[in-house]
Amino acid sequence: RISSHGEPAKFQPPPKPVIIDKRKQREERRFLSPEFIPPRGRTDPFKFYIERKDMIQRRKVFNIPEFYVGSVLAVTTADPCANDKVSRFVGICIQRGGKGLGATFVLRNVIEDQGVEICYELYNPRIQAIEVLKLEKRLDDNLMYLRDALPEYSTFDVNMKPVTHLDHEEIPVNKLQVRMKPKPWSKRWERPKYNIKGIKFELPEKKMKEAQKWSQPWLEFDMLREYDTSKIEEKIWKEVSEELKK
Amino acid sequence: FALAPQGLLRTSVSHSFLSFASITGACRAIQKLTRVRVVDNSALGNTPYHRPPKCIHVYNKTGVGKVGDKILLAIKGEKKKALIVGHKMPGPPMTPRFDSNNVVLIEDNGNPIGTRIKTPIPYILRRREGEFSKVLAIARNFV
Repeated sequence: RISSHGEPAKFQPPPKPVIIDKRKQREERRFLSPEFIPPRGRTDPFKFYIERKDMIQRRKVFNIPEFYVGSVLAVTTADPCANDKVSRFVGICIQRGGKGLGATFVLRNVIEDQGVEICYELYNPRIQAIEVLKLEKRLDDNLMYLRDALPEYSTFDVNMKPVTHLDHEEIPVNKLQVRMKPKPWSKRWERPKYNIKGIKFELPEKKMKEAQKWSQPWLEFDMLREYDTSKIEEKIWKEVSEELKK
Repeated sequence: FALAPQGLLRTSVSHSFLSFASITGACRAIQKLTRVRVVDNSALGNTPYHRPPKCIHVYNKTGVGKVGDKILLAIKGEKKKALIVGHKMPGPPMTPRFDSNNVVLIEDNGNPIGTRIKTPIPYILRRREGEFSKVLAIARNFV
């Protein structure tokens, strides 16, 4: 085949077929979004049931993809003040908070040397599309320390192409250790209460030892703080997956 | 004097028993004596001086300035009015929060002094297009 340049087109070999071995019994990867799990408290479970019904209703109309803290997302929202009435923001998810319909996630990006964070509500009707450009996990659940890290770790290209992720593969964990700006930081991230694994601390040994003074080793054994969600998750997963299949 | 705390205490708790509760301290937006960052390309905003530009008055009923409020700035020994285009304090959801308190220098009649604004500006300012049309005209990126 001759392309428009007049030179013969480069030979593109046919794409290799992806062989999914169905003989091995693979456990289906179940992902239950964290906002479905009710917080521990004395509220009536009926309230959470009604909220879940509303959340499932919204998910039937609008697809909320699976993502984790550390994945790069692109969100398009309807905005009356924007040029084309839609505004698009690309960023890394640094935090997922809230339960039920008020669930939020914060996206961070550095545009023109200015760090910008936007807290989006997952179930807000103004959101028109959420695309996962890169699905991955990080070593921590909360990446707020990116505010004090060098800006290169928070910059993501606005026009980056989505990285394909095959369904049956496990979600990759990015074991990146981030380098920080010189102290002072917004929070003392070296302290054990934050339990951060994703920072490459370049502090002297003395400071690291001093930070361990604030460790509370008894917290790990405190039985009143335990909240075992495995059974609740099972029930809710069954309920949600059945409703969504309808 | 004590200003009522306006900051939001945001807690996010994970499910492991080694929970990480992140609480941002109560932070106000721009008020008197806050150091700000001038983001346009005006000479007054970009020439280095041994003191950073500071807010000395907020033209508001409360003394706290948010995005779209006018303030009085002390830069290089002179007083200049400015418009707030972004602050570090988290605002309502779906609005951007910047890593620095950004400000655009303005004349008394609302004309901007600089000719270009490279840093992103929130879309919310478009709502008051009447007052800020000239500032929005020189802005390049919107968030």
